[in-house]
Amino acid sequence: MKIWVYAEPAPEGDKPATSTLELLTKARELGDTVEAIYVGANADAMAPALGEHGATKVYAVDRGEALAGVVGAAALAALVEANQPDLILFAQSYDGRDALARLSVKLDRPVLTNGTDLKVDGDKAVVGTAIFGGNTLVDTKFTGPGPFLAAIRPKSFAAEPGGGGAATVEQVAAPDAGRAGEARVLEHHVEEQEGPKLEEAAVVVSGGRGLGSAEAYEPIVEGLAKLLKGASGASRAIVDAGWVPYAKQVGQTGKTVKPKVYVALGISGATQHLVGMKGSDNIIAVNKDSEAPIFSVADLGVVGDVHKVVPKLIEALQARG
Amino acid sequence: MNIVVFVKQIPDPAMPGELTAENTLKREGKLILDESDSYGVEMALQLADKAGGGEVTLVSMAPNNEVSGLRTALAMGAAKAILISDDALPGSDALGTAKVLAKAVERAGEVDLVLAATESTDGYTGTTPAQVAELLGWPSLTFAKHIEIADGKATIQRQTEAGYDVVEAPLPAVVSVTAGVVEPRYPSFKGIMAAKNKPVDEVKVTDLGLTAEQLGWAGARQQITSVAAAPAREAGEKIEDDGAAHEQIVAFLERLKVI
Repeated sequence: MKIWVYAEPAPEGDKPATSTLELLTKARELGDTVEAIYVGANADAMAPALGEHGATKVYAVDRGEALAGVVGAAALAALVEANQPDLILFAQSYDGRDALARLSVKLDRPVLTNGTDLKVDGDKAVVGTAIFGGNTLVDTKFTGPGPFLAAIRPKSFAAEPGGGGAATVEQVAAPDAGRAGEARVLEHHVEEQEGPKLEEAAVVVSGGRGLGSAEAYEPIVEGLAKLLKGASGASRAIVDAGWVPYAKQVGQTGKTVKPKVYVALGISGATQHLVGMKGSDNIIAVNKDSEAPIFSVADLGVVGDVHKVVPKLIEALQARG
Repeated sequence: MNIVVFVKQIPDPAMPGELTAENTLKREGKLILDESDSYGVEMALQLADKAGGGEVTLVSMAPNNEVSGLRTALAMGAAKAILISDDALPGSDALGTAKVLAKAVERAGEVDLVLAATESTDGYTGTTPAQVAELLGWPSLTFAKHIEIADGKATIQRQTEAGYDVVEAPLPAVVSVTAGVVEPRYPSFKGIMAAKNKPVDEVKVTDLGLTAEQLGWAGARQQITSVAAAPAREAGEKIEDDGAAHEQIVAFLERLKVI
C-alpha cells in the first residue's frame, strides 16, 4: 500500500508538526511506500525529520500567500493522478481539514475524519473513531475505489523515528486554484504562551464553568498549572463564554491531551470534554456537584468548591518550595 | 447583502446518543437547532444589518420535514428557509451533504456569503464548509473567530495552532465560524410569533438536480465494520472536601512523582 501524508509545519515553522510525525510513524507500519506532500517555503528544513519518521520522498509546493489547504488540494489532485497513492492521511488540524475537504471534491472521494485508529484490511483502509464521549469505538471501512482520504486526531499515535535518512525533496509547481485561490493570508499573529504546550505538557490543569467568572481563571487554573510546571486548558463552556481563547480548549472540537496528570477544576465533564482528555494517565477532578460525569473517569475525585480547595492546594505546594 | 446560513437540526446533545440498526445516529423525535449554528445565524443577522440591506436565508437538511430548529433560527430574525428532506438522505456522508448544500445555495439565488459552523455538534466531521466552497468554486475562509465585510471582500481572523492569521477573500465566499464569534441573541416573543409565518421552501433532492445514487448509503462509499464499547475507565477514589482535600491531592501528586 502506498501511503501519503499531508505534512504541516510546527508553529515555529522550522520543523514538521508533531501530528505529521505521528502520521508518518503509523504510515511506516502499514505501508510499503510512504511519501509526504508539504505545502510551504522551507521544505529542505523539513526533509531530515520527515525522512527520519518514514517518508522517502517529499513533494514540496510553495504556496506564496495563498491558503495552504487550497494549494495543497490542487497540488495533491494533480499528483494523485500521476502517482496513484492508495491512502492519504491528514492531521485533524485547521489546514489539514481544508486540504482534505477540497481534495475530496476534486477526486469525488469520501472522507473519514476524527480518526483515532487506523488499520488496513486487504486493500482497504479502516479508520477507527470514538463516539458518545469516547464510550463507543466504531471502525469504518472505505468501500469504493481509492485513494482513501482520512483525517486523524493528533495524539492518536506516538511519533517515533525509524532511522531513515533525510527524504528527497521534489519541488512541484503550485497549480492555479481558480477563484478559491484568491483567498490570501495577510498577517500571522502568534499568541505568546508561557510554559509547555497544552498537547505536550506532562501536567494539564483545566478550568470550567465552576470557576464562576473569567477573573478566577488566572489565579486558580494558571496559578496551579504554573506550580506544577504544566499547561492550562479549558472546557468549551468557558471558551464559548469568552473567558479564555479557543487555543486552550480541550475536547471534541478542541485539543486532545494525554498528559501524565490531568486536573479538571469546575468542569462537569460533558462528553464533548471527555473525548479530549480521558486518555490522560491520571485524572484529578474538583467539582461541587457530586453527580458530575467527570467523577466517573477521575482517579481522584474531590467533591468540593474549587475556590476553597485550590487556594489551599496552591499554598501547600508553595510551602514545599 | 444576501447571506445563506447552514443550520443543522440535531437531537438534544444533553440526551444520551443512540445508534440506529444501520449504525447512524438516531435522529428521531424533536430536533433542536445545533448551538454551534446559532453563532452563524447571529453573525449573518449582524452582517446583513450592517450592510443595510439584503436578507438571511437558512438552509437545512433534516428527516421528516423537521422544522423546530429552523423555527428557532427564523425567530432570531432570518427571513426564510430552504429545507431538504428526502428518504434518499439518511446515511449521507460529509461529501454527500456538501453536494446537497451547494445545490441549495444555488437555489437561494444571488448569494454574497455563506456562513456555517466549523462543525456540527453531533457529526463533527469539520469538512463540509470547505467541500461546499470547492463545489461552488468559491474561496473558503474557515475557522473564523472574527469577520469584517467591506469593499466586496470578507476579512477574517482565522484560528491557527499558534494564534490566528488575518485572511481575506473576495465575495462570494464560504466562511465557517468558531463558537464564540458573537453572542447569539434569544428569540423575542415577537420573533417567535413572526417565525410561524415565514416561508420554508421544502425540496426533494431531485428538485436540486441530484440523484438518490449520489447520496445516502449509496453515495457514502464506506461501511461500518464494527461497533464496540470502549474499555471502561474505572472511577477511582471520590472524597468530600472537609477542608483538607488538598492534602490528599498533594499525596496523590507525590505518588505520581509529579512533585
